[in-house]
Amino acid sequence: MHKEHEVAMAADSIINWSLLSLSAPGWGGVLLQGFLNSIQIAVGGYALGLLLGVGGAFGKLYGGPITRDLLECYTTIVRAVPELVLILLLYYAGTDLLNQLLGAVGLGTVDISGLIAGIFVIGVVQGAYSTEVLRGAIKAVPAGQIEAARAYGMSPGKVLRRVTLPAMLPYAIPGLANLWLIATKDTALLAVVGFSELTLVTRQAAGATKAYLLFFCAAGVLYLALTLVSNIFIGALEKHARRGFVEQR
Amino acid sequence: MTDETTHALAFTPEDLPNGKSFLKPHRIALILVAVAVIVAVAVLMRWDWLPRYLPRLGWGILVSMVMLFSTSILGFLIAVPLGLIQITGPWYLKGLARIFCTIIRGTPLLLQLWLLYYGLGSLFPQFPAIRQSFLWPYLREAWPYGVAALTISFAAYEGEVMRGAFAGVPAGELEAARAYGMSRWTMFRRIWLPRAIHRALPTLNGETVLQLKSTPLVATITVVDVYAVISKVRQETFLTYEPLLLLALIYMCLTGILVIAFRYFENRIPTRGA
Repeated sequence: MHKEHEVAMAADSIINWSLLSLSAPGWGGVLLQGFLNSIQIAVGGYALGLLLGVGGAFGKLYGGPITRDLLECYTTIVRAVPELVLILLLYYAGTDLLNQLLGAVGLGTVDISGLIAGIFVIGVVQGAYSTEVLRGAIKAVPAGQIEAARAYGMSPGKVLRRVTLPAMLPYAIPGLANLWLIATKDTALLAVVGFSELTLVTRQAAGATKAYLLFFCAAGVLYLALTLVSNIFIGALEKHARRGFVEQR
Repeated sequence: MTDETTHALAFTPEDLPNGKSFLKPHRIALILVAVAVIVAVAVLMRWDWLPRYLPRLGWGILVSMVMLFSTSILGFLIAVPLGLIQITGPWYLKGLARIFCTIIRGTPLLLQLWLLYYGLGSLFPQFPAIRQSFLWPYLREAWPYGVAALTISFAAYEGEVMRGAFAGVPAGELEAARAYGMSRWTMFRRIWLPRAIHRALPTLNGETVLQLKSTPLVATITVVDVYAVISKVRQETFLTYEPLLLLALIYMCLTGILVIAFRYFENRIPTRGA
């Protein structure tokens, strides 16, 4: 009898849907807020990473020997060290450095919001990845197109804006799309430094209610939905970017 | 994930310096600067804790390596049938494999790990049948959940790679095998599988480095790998940067050794032309 009761309770705790309700006794609202935080960090970190990536790719391809070697070190370190370790290092080092800088100019310390720190950390990691993706894409642009632009007397900035960037886009989009999906999943690692994104609030909700499976599955559904919705947009974007390309196979 | 993306995420054999033309004047200057930085770090920061923790660090590295190799090998063994049934299987198996890969690749590994450890870990004790089974002593530990999560994740990513690799083997080679009178199994064992692995090898190498980069996540479920040892050091010594810098260095060395080993094996496989 007692055992049956335990099993019944277990089954009940798996499907107690009221725990997911949006208002106070339920944790649905907290989960959605965490999801929103995750998305914000992913978008910010991805955008920062793209900026760093464009700079890094051009530095690696057209920069001087020292620039190239320093960028090589950056991408090598990020690609050889686990994201979790990088996130911890950048999180502490970044906030410390900023506070020391502010202290040096006599502004006193500031409390850096988890959001900004998270965007910074994800952005630096993504920057190395997109450097490599964009470098490969730029190298895939036929050299004659860039030479023709130069022969027309375009300035380097104009060559970049009118020829290199648009021409490399079809080659870069599959890689960049993957990086976006990785950015959304990497935000989960910020749970380890205590930022309340989706994975951490899920764990808190699960710990408070003991309904572990329900909450982790709910969070999984949210992440999966983000991935699937992203995939729809990515598919459309790729189709648009590849218009005018000869279909392979 | 395409080959290029894996290359963008993981350090791979192509990135190793190739000996000749490595030492140029500016490189020598950069190396001197790097040496100066390393000396400054060694002298100015606190490293007196290091000898005390060396044995534990050694164990931690061993645990990380065991995690990496066991899950990569197990994951690969699952990935081969997973890739294969997406090419030749009946529609329902194809669909199941596709759904499995989508779910695993669409959610963060940390979440999967916590789902298995906290979710299943809290569910199992409620069933007396499990509690009395011979598996129970293992299911109370943390590492089986870590191995399971890492294996499943590797299998899902690798399954996609193997699907592409199986599909990419030229049809003529398989037709030739059939014309020789090979049975389906012989053809798979002698031609299809070796050729697919050969095609997938560069991506496999990159994915293994990515797997190494995922192993520290198991420290969040109390498996004592090298990352957990370093966290312990940080708690006990109140140091922030020194242990983390050492940890980054350890992972760079591990990645470097892994990548050099891959290059050695890649060079042993005969290829046509360049």
